[in-house]
Formats: sequence, C-alpha cells, structure tokens
Amino acid sequence: MTTPQEAVEHALAAARSDDCVVIADETSSANLRWAGNTLTTNGVSRTRQLTVVATSRDARGARAGVVSRAGVRGDQIADVVRAAEHAAAESSPAEDAQPLLGPGQGEALGTDARASAGQAAWEDPVTGTEIGVFRSFSAALGEGFDAAAAAGQRLYGFAQHTVTSTFLGTSTGLRLRHDQPTGMVDVNAKSADLARSAWAGQGTRDFSDVDVGALLDGLGQRLEWAKRRVDLPAGRYETLLPPAAVADLLIYLYWSSGARDALDGRTVFSKPGGGTRVGERLSELPLTLRSDPTPPTAPGLGSAPFVIAHASTRQSSVFDNGLRLEPTDWISGGELAALIQTRHSARLSGLPVTPAIGNLILDGGGSASLDEMIAGTGRGLLLTCLWYIREVDPQTLLLTGLTRDGTYLVENGEVTAAVNNFRFNESPVAMLARATEVGATAATLSREWGDYFARTAMPPVRVDGFNMSSVSQAS
Amino acid sequence: MADSTGNQDKGDRGIDPEFTAYPLRDLAAAALERAAGLGAQHADFRAERIREQQIRLSDGNLVTLFDGDDLGLAVRVVLDGTWGFASAVDLTHAAALRAAEEAAEVARVAAAINTERIGLAEEPAYGDVSWVSAYQTDPLQVSVADKVDLLTGWSSGLLARDRIDHVDASLHQVRECKFYADGVTTALQQRVRLHPVVTAVAVDPGGRFETMRTLAPPAGRGLEYLGGSPWAGTAATAWDFPAELARMPELLAGKLAAPSVRAGRYDLVVDPSNLWLTIHESIGHATELDRALGYEAAFAGTSFATLDKLGSLQYGSPPMHVTGDRTAEHGLATIGYDDEGVATRSWDLISGGVFTGYQLDRRMARMQGFGRSNGCAFADSPAHMPIQRMANVSLQPADGGPSTEELIAGVENGIYVLGDKSWSIDMQRYNFQFTGQRFYKIEHGRLAGQLRDVAYQATTTDFWNSMEAAGGPQTYVLGGAFNCGKGQPSQVAPVSHGCPAVLMRGVRILNTVEEGA
Repeated sequence: MTTPQEAVEHALAAARSDDCVVIADETSSANLRWAGNTLTTNGVSRTRQLTVVATSRDARGARAGVVSRAGVRGDQIADVVRAAEHAAAESSPAEDAQPLLGPGQGEALGTDARASAGQAAWEDPVTGTEIGVFRSFSAALGEGFDAAAAAGQRLYGFAQHTVTSTFLGTSTGLRLRHDQPTGMVDVNAKSADLARSAWAGQGTRDFSDVDVGALLDGLGQRLEWAKRRVDLPAGRYETLLPPAAVADLLIYLYWSSGARDALDGRTVFSKPGGGTRVGERLSELPLTLRSDPTPPTAPGLGSAPFVIAHASTRQSSVFDNGLRLEPTDWISGGELAALIQTRHSARLSGLPVTPAIGNLILDGGGSASLDEMIAGTGRGLLLTCLWYIREVDPQTLLLTGLTRDGTYLVENGEVTAAVNNFRFNESPVAMLARATEVGATAATLSREWGDYFARTAMPPVRVDGFNMSSVSQAS
Repeated sequence: MADSTGNQDKGDRGIDPEFTAYPLRDLAAAALERAAGLGAQHADFRAERIREQQIRLSDGNLVTLFDGDDLGLAVRVVLDGTWGFASAVDLTHAAALRAAEEAAEVARVAAAINTERIGLAEEPAYGDVSWVSAYQTDPLQVSVADKVDLLTGWSSGLLARDRIDHVDASLHQVRECKFYADGVTTALQQRVRLHPVVTAVAVDPGGRFETMRTLAPPAGRGLEYLGGSPWAGTAATAWDFPAELARMPELLAGKLAAPSVRAGRYDLVVDPSNLWLTIHESIGHATELDRALGYEAAFAGTSFATLDKLGSLQYGSPPMHVTGDRTAEHGLATIGYDDEGVATRSWDLISGGVFTGYQLDRRMARMQGFGRSNGCAFADSPAHMPIQRMANVSLQPADGGPSTEELIAGVENGIYVLGDKSWSIDMQRYNFQFTGQRFYKIEHGRLAGQLRDVAYQATTTDFWNSMEAAGGPQTYVLGGAFNCGKGQPSQVAPVSHGCPAVLMRGVRILNTVEEGA
C-alpha cells in the first residue's frame, strides 16, 4: 500500500508540467444515528483521495487542470498526473493564476514546533478513527434511551467522528501536513405525542468531552418548559438567540463575504459605485468576528493553518495552496474589517490576502450567560436554533428560515411557556445593527450547518425587532 | 446477462470499461460469504465509480475545472437484527473481506442502542441484470476544450450586450456506475446527467443589482442536451440555449427596472420552471415514509402526512394527481434497480387530491406492512449507507387541459411566476416560502410587465387545495435538481419533478424588501 506521503512524492516526480500541486487526503469516519430510542443507521468508512493540480504557462497566462481521484494505487499515480496535465493543456488561462508558493511561505510551524503543538510530523503514519470511538458514548446513549422511554420521551440524533489527514506538496518544494479531527453530536428529545421538542448539539475533537447525561438533562429541562404552550402571532419581537442560533446566521454571513463577489457589486458587502464596504460600521456594539487556525481561547476549534484548495472557486484558488493562514478579524470593533480573499482577489481589491479559515468566533466582550440574559428580559422570545436557512435577497443578505425545537416566551425574567414556531425573514447584517446585548462567548454547534462547519464559538445575542414573518404549524 | 436498458436511444451505451474491469462479482462473492460466516442474516454488496466534472467560468474566464473520480465498495449486513455498514476505497479482495468484517463489528457495537429488529420486505430475485440510462453522448468523453469553448461563447455573447455586467456559466456532469449484489440479484448499472447554468448580473449606478438564471433544468441526458456541434443535439434532445440566452439581457433589464410588488393575496399562474421545486419540498419530502416515521426527526425533519392520514387527507384539490417513479425517461432519480436490488416502478402518491402513497425502502415496507418496497433506496457514494431517497415526484397534467396563456387569461389580478430561486420549508413540511427568477403582473387576463421583490408563502395543504386548474400536457416540463440533501451523514441525490403550469387562487405574496426592513 502506498502511503499518502509516498503518493505526494511519486506524483511530483511524475509531473512534467511547469508546476504541480499534489494533495493526498486520508479520511476515516464513523457514525451512529438513532430515532425513537433506537438505532437507525451506522457505519464506518475510509477514503483516500489524490488531487493533482497541474499548471502550464504560456504567453496567454497559466492554465490549471485539477484531477481528484479516490482509491489511487501506486501504479496509477502517474495516470492521475497525466490526466491533470491533459486537463491543463485543454483549459483556458486561469483568472486566479499566481506563482506557486515555496518553502518559507507556507505553514508557520517547523518540525519541532509541530511536535510541541501535538501535531504529527510529515513522515509520521496516519492514525484515523474507528467505531470504537463511540464505545462509552453509545453505552451512555443506550442508558439514555432506557431513561427516555421510562419518562415517555423519544430521542433522535446523530454522532459522527471523522479524521482527515492532508498531505500537500508542491513542485516548488512545500511539504505540509494537517491532521483534522472533527466530531459532532446532536440530540433531539421529543415528548411521546411529538408536540414538544428540544435540541442540543456539541462539536468535539474526540468524544472524550461529550457528557451524554448532561446533554439529556438540559433537554429534559426544556421539555418541562414546554408543558405550558402559548400561541403567538407573527410579528417583530425582542429575541434572545442562543449561541447555536447565532452560529446558524453568522456562518451564512461568513460564507457570503467573498471579496470577488463584493468587488463585482453583487453582495451585501459591495459598495455602491464600486469597491467594498470594508471599513464600514455594521454594529454599535464592539463585536469581533474572527477566524484563527490556532485560537488561544478555544484550542478545540483549531483548524488547518494553511490553505488547502482542491478546486478554484470565487473564494479559493488552487494557486494559493500552502499559503500560511493568519488570525483574521472579519469584523473588528463592530466594523467590517476583511473579506474572504485569494491572492488574486486581494490584488484586485488592494486589500490584504485573507483566505477562508475553518472556524468562526464571535466575541462582543460580554460576560453574561444566557440564563442571566433571560433574567434581564421583560418580554421576549428565546430561541433554540434555526432551520432551513436560505438566501432571499443577496442585496441585503435577507435570509429566511424557521425556528425549531423549542421557541419560548420569556416574561419578567423567566421562561413561562413554549410558543409556536415561526418563519423568519431577517438579515444577519441588519441583525448585527440591531443587536443590543451580547453575552459570553462559548463553543457551540450550528444546527443548520454543523455537519459542514462544526468549529464555532458564539455568544448569546439579544436583538430588537427580529422579524417573525409567519407562524409555522410544525412542532 | 439480461438487459434492462432505460430506453431505446442509440449511441454510446457501454458501461464504463474501467469499472467493469474490476472483479466485481468475485469481490461481492467474497464479502457476502464472509458476512454469512460471521452470522449475518442479510448481506449486500455495492461497488461504485462516480465520475464528475465541474467547469465554471466568470465573465468568460475559467475559474473552476475539477475532475472527480470516486471509487469504492460497501458491505451492509443485518446481524442479530441490527444494521452494520462499512465501506472501503480499494476494490480488492482484502478490502472486501475487511469491509464485511467491519460491518459485522459495527453491528455488534451498535446493538447496544438498537431496540427494533431489522427485517426487509421480500423482493423477487432478478439474477444478473444491467441497465443504462438514456443518453447519446457521454459528456465525460468529450474534450474539456470543447465544453469550455461553448461556455465561453455563451458568456461573451451575453457580455457583449448592453447592461450585462457579469456572467457566470457552469456545467456539472456526472457519470455514475453502480454494482449491487445480494446473493439473488446482481445489478450492473450506469447513468449520466448534466446541469448547465448561465447567470447574468446587472448592477445599476446606485448599486442595486439583479440576477437572472437560465431556466434549463438539469437532465438525465448526455451532452446532446446542450445542442450545437460537435455533439449535435436535435430539437428533441437539446434545450434551446441560443434562444434563452438571446432574451436574457432584455428580461434582466426589465427585472432591474420593474416596480416592487405590493404585498397581499394574488392569484398565481406558476410555470413548471418554478413549480417543480414547490412540488419537491411540499410533496416529495412530505411523502417520504422515513420522515413520517421520525427517522429524520433530528435533521431533515418529519412530515405532516402521517400514516393515519393515508387514504383520507385532502392534500389538494381534485385535479391534483401526483405520481412517484424511478422510471421516467431522462429523470434524475431514474434507474433500473435501487440500492437494495428492488426493480423500480411508478405509483400514485396523490390521486384526486387525496394522499394515497409513500416512498419506501425494504425495511420500512416490511415494518409497516406495505408488502414490497417501491424502490427508493439510494446512497450517494460507496462510503454511505443507503437510505430512502426521493423518487421522481411529478404532478400530472390534465388531459386536454389549458395552455399557460389560457390559465393566465383566467386571472383578473395576479402574478405569473417563472424559474426557481430561494426556497425554504419547515421541518414538518407545512410552512413554505419561495421566490423565483421572474414575476409578471397579470391584469385582466394579460401580462402587464415584470415585478420584483416577490416571494410567495403558504401552508402546503392550503396551497395545493387552492389549485383551480392544472395545465395540459403541452405545458408539462421535467425540472429537477442535482443536490437534494438528506440524512446524516449528509447525502445528496439527484431528482426530477415533472409538472404542468397551474393556476392557484389567493396565495400570500410578500415584498422581500419590506420583510428585511
């Protein structure tokens, strides 16, 4: 069996193009899914992907061909390289073409620093995951099923653990490795008549920090809250968004913050008449929205410290592979500070090169817990999470979606009842402008996007006049 | 080997020889034997190769050229009444055996949280069968340069027109090969699909912008769908892109200059290019039995169309006849045999406006006493376990029914809706909101210019019970999507929805600018 390190070297050795990037990904994953207090599906998988970016230059510019193939044997590596070179020869000049990066321009950590940071060296073997990662978790969950059944409740949910080891090499001499563990669990508890529903989710790197009992206790409390039900009409409400719901909205904002599209005049971050809105105030609160490959206050949210781009898009460039990722404030002190950039778009915009990073943290300097913010509420709504979020109008980044699994009425500092769900129409950009209080930032899992973007830390946020456009009958 | 091909089209119909060169039957035999030896009551084996290519241009410049090639095998077992699933990326004897062993181990670990014994509905043995979808030119066997040239030509043609500021053009192509074996059925299948999209952007001096996208739906067709040489589609096989692109600048300018809609209730004439998505969300997902049973309760959600309503719920008005199928020619969910070895077919979901059927897999068909599955098991990759996924769910046209113009003529004050854009529906499939590509005001039975900032919002059964008329077969179009998401781990599935134009009475219209104010 060819190791991923060998695959990278063999591919680079086989390359005949002007330049070449090779990415070898080894991924192992295990999952459990349950519904109605019983298992529904499960599985383990291993994938091995080899991606070759071949570039050729001529007077018209640089062309890039990208071929990504699973399960490549050692004797097939040269075929993948040839296919990428053929694709490059057939393509037209790439808009985002840049010189490939070389040693010293990539990942910041050297071998010693990697070791001290607990990261594997380039030559270390890959260690993945397997179904055994769930042994203690599944035992606790089984006990939870028994307890839920005894209490007349039903549990639904999903747990997944994935480890991806990425090896990136370039013909210019870069050799970079990143091992990314990603785990998530979400649990949904319902009353036997399915009328009451509560949800909790958690991101994790290895499941050692997942306390099933605590998760279920929290859901039990929320189902108790929901024993009193009040119907409310559509309208604009003061609303407390817990960290998961804030993540639901701000991840979409992050994904919509590409500099290239803003420069083209087609996003909420476009400046009328040309340019971007970088530097404009978005909130009167001192909000900082940032990404950091090695966040000092949330080490569990660590993500790749260099660009890994399997394809060029409007927000990423294969030519930037290996580019060192620095901590980036997207919003700083309430002002828009940066947009997602490639080196190409940064040249067009005249702004710093700030590529996308795999985590997102919102901090407003608050210290209040969600319970304290509830205690400080005269009358308002408390949400659990949001669902089926889709863009309605890119001009304002107006999003629509639903409240889900626990929408509560807060009166005089206490949760007094569950209310019906709502369809909302709201822009996260406008929401930041109407935010009146931000609590303490904590790690959280987005309900809507947690399967794809699991590393977030958000505070609870109080918003004036959140637009609940209509009532949803869903429970 | 019996041959059960998708249709009688001529052309390149061979199954990918690189896929068939693997010792698929030997691997299956080894895995199934090992699973049986480990005590599995049921075992099935899948091997897949999924080739895809994405090409994206912005303003005529190549942004994305990506070739993907996913390969692998999977073993699914029922061991002591519990599922176990494992997959591997290598199509080797050792990998097949290991997957069988891992699937058994997964079943043992998972037994701690399984309280329902798995049973599967019976399905006839079909022996050794094959099936290939209906296409003429495999897009993955055509030069990248030819495809880039076509997209470049479309882009430059639009950019040369007044008031077009930006153009995105893309082409996503997939060739999917599946091999399935369970000891009594061995199915070797291949299908091809593609989705061409062109989006034009206009920005006015004040910074306001609008977009307009082609209405051409994704299709289970080959490159002949794009028309023109060198793949020479005919009027019968090709979408008329030249005509659609030629109209786009004028339509986009009209959209940018259009008045903002006044919120309220309007009669709607909904074009198939928009209605397919409403069908997908409010009927397709709502009639999935796994949702009704709660298997998706923590993720995609459940359904208001519960088992107790089967045969009695007035889902819509009497003209409403909705079918499920995995057999429609060029349908994106169309295939010969599903991922549990079930021969696909067509059936009623809603008849005379009454809810009459579900989409099933073998486990649910057995558990709920439906007899046989109707063939809706699908996995989007060898690394994923099959789950119940959507068939082609289609609203049938009215025999001898009206044209779109005749439907519009029956509206005094309304809106004509074309093209899909934004969509969202709640977790029980009650409350939905959709926007579109173009909206036209209807006054006294005639179109009276475009409107902007329009969204329609309704509850599923209210909406479908407001359907006064379905158009005739001349208005019927097969729409669809490549990317229907469901399940955890998340899986995407391609699916088509055919429908005629329809006339709906008294639907709530929102002004999206007011909503965001």
